[in-house]
Amino acid sequence: MGVEQKLGNMGVVTTTLENVVNWSRTGAMWPMLFGLACCAIEMMAAQAAHYDMSRFGMELMRASPRQSDLMIVAGRVSKKMGPVLRRLYDQMPEPKWVLAMGDCASCGGVFNNYAIYQGVDEVVPVDVYVAGCPPRPEALIHGVLTLHEKVKGDKFKDLAADIK
Amino acid sequence: MDKSLEPIVKKLQEKFGATYEEFRGEAHCFVRPEQIVDALMCLRDEHQFELLSAQTAVDYHPQNAPRFHVIYQLTSLAQNLSVQLRVPVNGDQLKVPTATRVFKSANWREREISDMFGIEFEGHPDPRRILMPDDTEGHPLRKDFPLGYEEPQFSFNFDEIDLRKPYVKE
Repeated sequence: MGVEQKLGNMGVVTTTLENVVNWSRTGAMWPMLFGLACCAIEMMAAQAAHYDMSRFGMELMRASPRQSDLMIVAGRVSKKMGPVLRRLYDQMPEPKWVLAMGDCASCGGVFNNYAIYQGVDEVVPVDVYVAGCPPRPEALIHGVLTLHEKVKGDKFKDLAADIK
Repeated sequence: MDKSLEPIVKKLQEKFGATYEEFRGEAHCFVRPEQIVDALMCLRDEHQFELLSAQTAVDYHPQNAPRFHVIYQLTSLAQNLSVQLRVPVNGDQLKVPTATRVFKSANWREREISDMFGIEFEGHPDPRRILMPDDTEGHPLRKDFPLGYEEPQFSFNFDEIDLRKPYVKE
């Protein structure tokens, strides 16, 4: 319902800044490589030709946290890995999101013991949990799209509140 | 017991007062803590047991005397023989002399045993924890260590447990 409808094809689109920012954030959300266990295999499958996550602007897995927006925690996090995970999360530039992939990352899964964190939400704030042991690539892609929906709903006033 | 093990076990019994037990054809010799280093040295130098193929411990909680057995599995590649030395350790006297002077490979294994069972190896060159983070409390493989640290959440107690979950703050 913008000006382009009134004036014909001028190659111009009008929208709100909020929409543009959220669209650009979701359109090229580069995940960080963080495969810790068998979930990483499904994560690789989701990236590869058959499922092809690059359809959603996620073709690049970054090895460096400083170049990534999304941390996919794929696997169980041991008590010794926790500080490393937190450090990598702290090194990621804002805005950043975390997706807990699989039962182990979400709630400890079958590993209810002294060595494993019962969910990475004890270490980093998690935006989306994907259930499954391991989740199929479709489930991971669904989780990512759920995160996209969340990001598209972000409001500037909430971001300002976070910065304060 | 293997025929060729008999003189070796006999020597351990005479020299170190070892008691002998057999379990499913495996030779187990019980040695007192203060004599384990000499016994290992004897087996290594005089009987060609040149490989410490395993070193571990067992917790016999709630029994307290002995509470633990520290286990040394020795292999002789030259003779194709295997013998197990066991050191009983009481729950109030958690000290065993280190075997690192006899077998270098005992270094990390003893670190693992002291990490998991809390048995101190006297004279160990590097007595840090090896598996758990340095600030861990307790020793996870002890029988009195709590199993798991979180109750499973079901629909009827989800909210109650959720309240005490240690979620991270941003």
